[in-house]
Amino acid sequence: MNAIKKLWMLVLLIAVPAVATAGGAEFHLDKAPVDLEDKVSLQRGAKLFTSYCLSCHSASYMRYNRLMDLGMSEEQIKKDLLLPEGTKLGSTMQAAMDKEAAQQVYGVAPMDLSVIARSRTPDWLYTYMRGFYVDSSRPSGWNNVVFPSVAMPHILAELQGEQTLEVERYEGHEINKLVLAKPGSMGVAEYDATIADLVNYLVFMSEPAKLVRYKLGFIVLGFLFVLLMLVYALKKEIWKDIQH
Amino acid sequence: MKLLHKLLGWIDARFPLTATWKAHVSEYYAPKNFNFWYFFGSLALLVLVIQIASGIFLTMNYKPDALFAFASVEYIMRDVQWGWLLRYIHSTGASMFFVVVYLHMFRGLMYGSFRKPRELLWIIGMVIYLMLMAEAFMGYLLPWGQMSFWGAQVIVNLFSSVPFIGPDLALLIRGDFVISDVTLNRFFALHVIAIPLVLVFIVIFHLVALHEVGSNNPDGIEIKKHKDADGKPLDGIPFHPYYTVKDGVGVVGFLIIFCAIIFFAPDMGGYFLEDNNFIPANPMKTPEHIAPVWYFTPYYAILRAVPPMFGSQFPGVVAMGVATMAFFFLPWLDRGKVKSIRYRGPIYKIFLTLFVISFIGLGTLGLLPATPVYTLIARVLAVVYFAFFLLMPWYTRIDKCKHEPDRVTSR
Repeated sequence: MNAIKKLWMLVLLIAVPAVATAGGAEFHLDKAPVDLEDKVSLQRGAKLFTSYCLSCHSASYMRYNRLMDLGMSEEQIKKDLLLPEGTKLGSTMQAAMDKEAAQQVYGVAPMDLSVIARSRTPDWLYTYMRGFYVDSSRPSGWNNVVFPSVAMPHILAELQGEQTLEVERYEGHEINKLVLAKPGSMGVAEYDATIADLVNYLVFMSEPAKLVRYKLGFIVLGFLFVLLMLVYALKKEIWKDIQH
Repeated sequence: MKLLHKLLGWIDARFPLTATWKAHVSEYYAPKNFNFWYFFGSLALLVLVIQIASGIFLTMNYKPDALFAFASVEYIMRDVQWGWLLRYIHSTGASMFFVVVYLHMFRGLMYGSFRKPRELLWIIGMVIYLMLMAEAFMGYLLPWGQMSFWGAQVIVNLFSSVPFIGPDLALLIRGDFVISDVTLNRFFALHVIAIPLVLVFIVIFHLVALHEVGSNNPDGIEIKKHKDADGKPLDGIPFHPYYTVKDGVGVVGFLIIFCAIIFFAPDMGGYFLEDNNFIPANPMKTPEHIAPVWYFTPYYAILRAVPPMFGSQFPGVVAMGVATMAFFFLPWLDRGKVKSIRYRGPIYKIFLTLFVISFIGLGTLGLLPATPVYTLIARVLAVVYFAFFLLMPWYTRIDKCKHEPDRVTSR
């Protein structure tokens, strides 16, 4: 009993300061242009996700054949996403990198991304993926404005280029600003659109049922409104003879 | 038709089917002046049925195992046919159960439904409410997300602050030194069998007690005082067909709201399904901010508002317990000459309004981190909350009541 209590104290002692610093200064979150109707954007996002994110992260609740909801054929899924030979379409998305190896390299095992758009908001993800900057004090050489001291390096640096964090003084306030120091293969607008596709895909992957949920909702509510009118008419009819 | 009639006769000779139908439905006389607030009793019954039905199907696909629980919920959300709908029906139903029950209880406070001769009816209802809290608390552990885990951790730790037996009590609840696979398994068993079984029984008792004493009404007067030659209340109408069709309107109206949430906002902005609960439970990583689900937050705010005394959280736990149990004593705390708020004086109206403000205010504060200012507000609201109960014998007696009508009125 005592040993366990001590263990808990230790956990708390480590966790509390870490949590306190993680709060930090809030960076303004940009609005993610999520549009689940845009199947082409979702497909682009899926390709980006499988070619970059899946190197280290898994999406172990997401099956490849679920991408058929996005209008992709089995052939397209196999070819466009460069599935390794022998991968079954019904299998879930596993990381290319071994979990323990990743733990060795980054100090933390990369988290599963299946429901990341539900634990983090789309806006957070959109800002995060555009918020990496060069920080030589970090082991990876990278830091992030919405996730200070993040373990993950900037995987998409070849696309976005390298940003630095500049501090501007404005009427006595310090304002953090990201500046593109070295351009990547994409322009700013192109990179933003690419991340928008990725976030769009992450939102879909977090809840594939979302594609049908809204449409079904309108049908259900339409039915219920008609039913309400009928039930109300019935009530009026039956209550006619009640004297108030 | 003739055959059916014969069959009914055969059954009635062996089981009181027609007699039961008459006593509880077709010849149960309810006051004719029920208003909007009287929908919530039948709606609570509806939600209970929805929860049991959707729960059965979820149980077929859920795995009560710390290693598989989180994944099995995602399996339900993705791979089970209509699994996402079942899950959202059940998660939305949990919150809507409390919405409906809180409004049902508020109706009782407004029209004095807890007063003689309905004291036992009210107490049975309060037992249902406590059972419902236990049911919801244990069900919330099952998805095995971060909030499931840490919420349970915080609540079970409350029990360990009980003097002398506390640590053993917490151990008994958890079955382990921390929330673990063992806890998950026993909470699952209690959530799907023990508590629902008890709930169904006490809901039946609640209805039997109601039909024994008869329903109250917005005027707070007894319709049984004026009966016709056949012994039927003059202001009463048979539950069926009048209230079956009227409640039918309430049911469809409720389903519109219910389905709007299920299909368009099942997380309700993080209030029905918390963001952090989409991260698998991690005993080594405490979330920055642990907040219980909204329906527990008024009591959670009271718990936090009470400062630790003699190095123990126990006084806060007691305050929280008293806050939930205080409702039990209402039938004996209320000394008003009339039951309904329609004929009460201004003092009761003011106290009831303040009580509602304190309840909603505490509920809001319980969701927020405890800053010094918030704690101060929570303390003031907690005093208001308890004052509603403690001062009730005094303010209901001195309140200037209006004259009750002899017969029910409609407005």
